Amino acid sequence: MDYALFVMQVLNGLQLGLLLFLVASGLTLVFGILDFVNLAHASLYMVGALVCASLTLVLGNFVWALLLAIPVTALVGWTVERLVARRLYGRDHLDQVLATFGLILVLTTLAHLIWGPQGISVPLPSWLKGQLAFSDTLIFPIYRLVIIGAGLLAALGLYVLVTHTRLGMLIRAGASNRQMVSALGVNIERLFAIVFSLGAVLAGLAGMLVAPITEASIGMGNGIIITAFVVIIVGGIGSMKGAFIAAMLIGLIDTLGRAFLDGVFKLFMSSDAAENSAPAVSAMLIYIIMALVLAFRPKGLFPPKVR
Amino acid sequence: MSATNYPKLTLLVMVLLAVLPPLFYFTGQPFYLDLATRLTILAIAAVSLNLILGYSGLVSFGHAAYIGLGAYAVGIPGYHAIYGGLESWGLASTSGWLHFPLAMLIGAIFALITGIVCLRTKGVYFIMITMAFAQMVYYAIVSIKTYGGDDGLTIDVRSEFPGVSLDDPLQLFGVSYVVLVAVMLLVRMMVNSRFGMVLRGAKGNNERMVMMGYNTYRYQLTAYVISGALAALSGALLGNFTTFISPEMMDWTRSGELMFMVILGGVATTVGPVLGAVAFILIEEVLSTFTIYWQLPFGLLLMGVVLYSQGGLANILGQWRARRALRDASQGGAAPEHKL
Repeated sequence: MDYALFVMQVLNGLQLGLLLFLVASGLTLVFGILDFVNLAHASLYMVGALVCASLTLVLGNFVWALLLAIPVTALVGWTVERLVARRLYGRDHLDQVLATFGLILVLTTLAHLIWGPQGISVPLPSWLKGQLAFSDTLIFPIYRLVIIGAGLLAALGLYVLVTHTRLGMLIRAGASNRQMVSALGVNIERLFAIVFSLGAVLAGLAGMLVAPITEASIGMGNGIIITAFVVIIVGGIGSMKGAFIAAMLIGLIDTLGRAFLDGVFKLFMSSDAAENSAPAVSAMLIYIIMALVLAFRPKGLFPPKVR
Repeated sequence: MSATNYPKLTLLVMVLLAVLPPLFYFTGQPFYLDLATRLTILAIAAVSLNLILGYSGLVSFGHAAYIGLGAYAVGIPGYHAIYGGLESWGLASTSGWLHFPLAMLIGAIFALITGIVCLRTKGVYFIMITMAFAQMVYYAIVSIKTYGGDDGLTIDVRSEFPGVSLDDPLQLFGVSYVVLVAVMLLVRMMVNSRFGMVLRGAKGNNERMVMMGYNTYRYQLTAYVISGALAALSGALLGNFTTFISPEMMDWTRSGELMFMVILGGVATTVGPVLGAVAFILIEEVLSTFTIYWQLPFGLLLMGVVLYSQGGLANILGQWRARRALRDASQGGAAPEHKL
């Protein structure tokens, strides 16, 4: 196996894993604390990307646009919480799933009305465009390294926020016993709104970071929401640690599977058969992993202790 | 409560569904027949979903995958019958006697394999896992370039049955209608049997049923497999109807629409899923003539239904009759209490 290619694919896997973590952490945070299944989480990913794309075109600078898009996404999240999500807390999960499914249709169509059906490509500033050559064969785009860095930074920030701040303490307390926190005089409605908006920002940030690579488009959230579900199922719904480890695992397995599975298959089957079956199997790989994890641990790898 | 039925309403809906579409066809409006055929096929899938979602409380968000599998069970053998390959497996055929049983078999096997894993989990895990497995099928089909991948596959020859031609729109509607009635009767029979009692009991209180000595996991798995096979059957019909199949038909939003039909129509009723399919097709058709952004009002409607209604259309229509009867009886006395 080619060493440089392997390292590059590992980096790609890390990048995918970190993006998945940003989406999944918001999902698991909202579920863990609000007991709310938000299918429309991926719409916030899309909104983040589209807002950032528009701002980039207006401001002419991706970094400023990203920094400005974060509060905008938080505001969108806040509004969604106020108008829709709040009415669904404490309802049946089936109701939440259906209503947020409706919300997806609404948000997608609104985005369609505002931004049109075309995807928007997001230009990067020149200092982010280049490639970094570690050796003759090992070349990696700078921007992908930036995504890895930004993702790690966001993960670290989230960790500090949850474990070392007063807000984080309230969030953890809210996750283990909602009534008690409320009884102690904490404004639980505001806490919920903050948590929901935080989730929206995390998903939006993932969308903003990925926009320059793919482009910001209407349907971009449809695929990633299911993968994010796989991540939080494998990690254990409600567990931040689980979401991080599972996101890395899923990101790496998915990327490496797509890159190298045909090579592995060729070791024990004809090269024709390998090339035909490898794409299908690698597309299914993360779901097979999910099934295996669930077969042994029906509540995921790190189920939260108190629910 | 879980086995509410509206026999008169059911009969009325089914008679209208049998009479109106051919009437439209013979008065020179074949478009409405096509609409009714699609409606009927979707209703079959919704009825099959109602077996697990409505009666067993298993919220499956991956039912569109079975429709897709059923459709590809028509498309793939048909493809090989024309372009060669797979003869040695006996799968290169345009015979409906191969396609339809194959569709149901594949649906059942996929439901069995995924059900073994899914049913070990509860609640929100179950919702997400069924969704994820459906997406797995989606991506698997996308990655198989032989059958068109993302671009889909055209079915050149419809399933062939002796004496019946699915190329004739009226006969295709007739077959779909008969299948729908058969599936409705089958589900109704199952639900009222001892098997169905256990399912409904487990929906109400699983621990209690387990304590009473029932292995509810096995009952639920059986229902899940039957539901998968029936949904795949509707998929085989859908493939014959559209003659073009693509992974898009098993996208998770399709599963969401099916759930919408069952919930809107009224869970755990015989006629509910059919009413839901009627409502969905009407909403889609009416709204999409007004605006290409029909999903916006549809999404709002969906949220409104969830937030403000309970029991679905079957309940509303049934209650309306009951209320009127009550009002007639009390002869303008105190208005009967509005029961939600």
